[in-house]
Amino acid sequence: MTKNKVRIQNAVTYGMVVLFWVVIQIMDRTGHLTSLFKGLLVPLCMYAILAVSLNLTVGILGELSLGHAGFMCLGAFSGAFLTNCLETAVPSMGLRFFMALILGAVVAGIFGLLIGIPVLRLKGDYLAIVTLAFGEIIKNLINVLYVGRDVNGFHFSMKDTTSLGMDKETGVVLIKGAQGITGTPRAATFTIGILLLLLTLFIVLNLIHSRAGRAIMSIRDNRIAAESIGINITKYKLMAFSISAALAGMAGVLYAHSLSTLQASSNNFGYNKSILILVFVVLGGLGNMRGSIIAAMLLTALPELLRGLNDYRMLIYAVVLIVMTIFNSSPKAIEIRSMVLSRIRGGAKKEVA
Amino acid sequence: MAKKTTMDAARTTVKAGNATAPAGAPQNAAQTARTPQNAARAAQTPQNAAQAARTPQNAGQAAGKPRNTQAAGAESNGSFPTLEVRNLSISFGGLKAVDGFNVVIEKGQLYGLIGPNGAGKTTVFNLLTGVYKPDTGTIHLDGKNITGKKTIEINQEGIARTFQNIRLFKDLSVLDNVKVGLHNHHKYSTLEGILRLPSFYKVEKEMNERAMELLSVFDLDKECDYKASNLPYGKQRKLEIARALATDPKLLLLDEPAAGMNPNETSELMETIRFVREKFGMTILLIEHDMKLVAGICEKLTVLNFGQVLTQGDTSEVLNDRRVITAYLGE
Repeated sequence: MTKNKVRIQNAVTYGMVVLFWVVIQIMDRTGHLTSLFKGLLVPLCMYAILAVSLNLTVGILGELSLGHAGFMCLGAFSGAFLTNCLETAVPSMGLRFFMALILGAVVAGIFGLLIGIPVLRLKGDYLAIVTLAFGEIIKNLINVLYVGRDVNGFHFSMKDTTSLGMDKETGVVLIKGAQGITGTPRAATFTIGILLLLLTLFIVLNLIHSRAGRAIMSIRDNRIAAESIGINITKYKLMAFSISAALAGMAGVLYAHSLSTLQASSNNFGYNKSILILVFVVLGGLGNMRGSIIAAMLLTALPELLRGLNDYRMLIYAVVLIVMTIFNSSPKAIEIRSMVLSRIRGGAKKEVA
Repeated sequence: MAKKTTMDAARTTVKAGNATAPAGAPQNAAQTARTPQNAARAAQTPQNAAQAARTPQNAGQAAGKPRNTQAAGAESNGSFPTLEVRNLSISFGGLKAVDGFNVVIEKGQLYGLIGPNGAGKTTVFNLLTGVYKPDTGTIHLDGKNITGKKTIEINQEGIARTFQNIRLFKDLSVLDNVKVGLHNHHKYSTLEGILRLPSFYKVEKEMNERAMELLSVFDLDKECDYKASNLPYGKQRKLEIARALATDPKLLLLDEPAAGMNPNETSELMETIRFVREKFGMTILLIEHDMKLVAGICEKLTVLNFGQVLTQGDTSEVLNDRRVITAYLGE
């Protein structure tokens, strides 16, 4: 009974994403897409992936993490770095992009694990503060990182390009500090974005509705009780945290391959970004993956689509935020929603009868 | 109010003595037979010697059914008491919360731990389950030393508990609550779960069947889809017991199972506890303030007062002990 319900819910979520893809494809073919909106498609997918992955930490594990942009940043830079490194070795752009996606996810996942070990001992506000700091540290470190390559191999520096001390003829600077990485092929397309979103959903939803997911949620609901029935708290906390980080890293690679210049600025990977993703998660509903996707897409598209309205843009954005919060969280709204739902279902049943 | 309870308790004691007589008789006999050894133990006899000496007597009791838990090696062949605690102490700052606590619980026994508020009963549970590390003393489960182990290890060794203030996984379904309890007994890897390999479906099916079996024992099978927090209070208590049993323990610790229940619910709970013991051959240690429940189902009692054992022995004797009445009511 419950199992079927879960299956239907999951199918609806996947279906929604596929439907979105189909609609966009049709609009694209018939020429109804403005170039502005076309430019938004990859970020839409990216934010949806970020929101779903953060929801795993915040909604399912129940820990407030504000360092999601940091993991995304790690993924973006390691992915872009790989694509640029292998430019000659692996000519196929698609294959390089694929390898970059894997590397980005792995790097972010490993960092998630390393950071999770000390950080997940903290709770609530303290965890939020430390993860926030982590995100900023990553961003600032990459901002001063110089990496180059010549015949002798790789060179690293934290100062400037000249201190890399590379061979003049063969030396190529790959990461140029604040200028970041340039020349990354723009391999990210909307279809790839949607596929990655579906992959994220597949991993997260299947994880939640399995043995490990139940263990993770039991820790969220009552840590002491979970421990008393033999759940390994550290293991499952780290698992959720690092999977969440890895998926954020993957989103970062997608992001890096949608820009020609990737910089670790506070605009791209600052704490504002982490907060923004958290807003998607909270508005979409904690633990509600479908809600996260809807909130992420709506709130990403809205400011851009309303650009024509100038000053009223942020006003409408704010109103939408308030309405969404009420719709999702107000007890009265939930009551009305369930009433409407049951009426629709009741009507459907009568028809069947 | 308190006085009335004790009077009631005293009155029911006689009845309880009779009621439990058939079940408790052989054990009581064994207990009496062991008295000289208790004396010997008190005289600080080396532990192993005492245990060896006790073996023949317990052999009779050890006819219990074979267990399907990961048995704790050759040691746990049943010749040891299920729980043996010696000289357990812990202090918080200057306060000796538990001081020199001793208890021996034989397999299949229903043992009560009583005492006035703040006597250290729950602290004893927390020590037994590894929430606190004892300052001194040892805990043996089925002859295996589990002193100082972590909570999850102790659960895997075979101690499960419920809590004074109910601690369910409130946003999980009733079924999932029990399935979390089955976590360490029905396994598949996380990757198998994510990829939905055949082993996932197979093990999940086993888990569902086992969980529904447990739920139907507690008459919760109809509510298996409910959120745990939506269950009425009495059923939440039952669900907590079901979840603890799902870990397949050797010893079940119940912390005030009847707290907040009305007399009807309490007597129903008594039946459930009795049933659990019979059906699962479970050894149970319970903390309770409801003297009617204690007198009705416990075979033996230990009374704690200010962290120390005031007295222990057969329920009827303990409840009529003047010191116990004094501890509850004052001079």
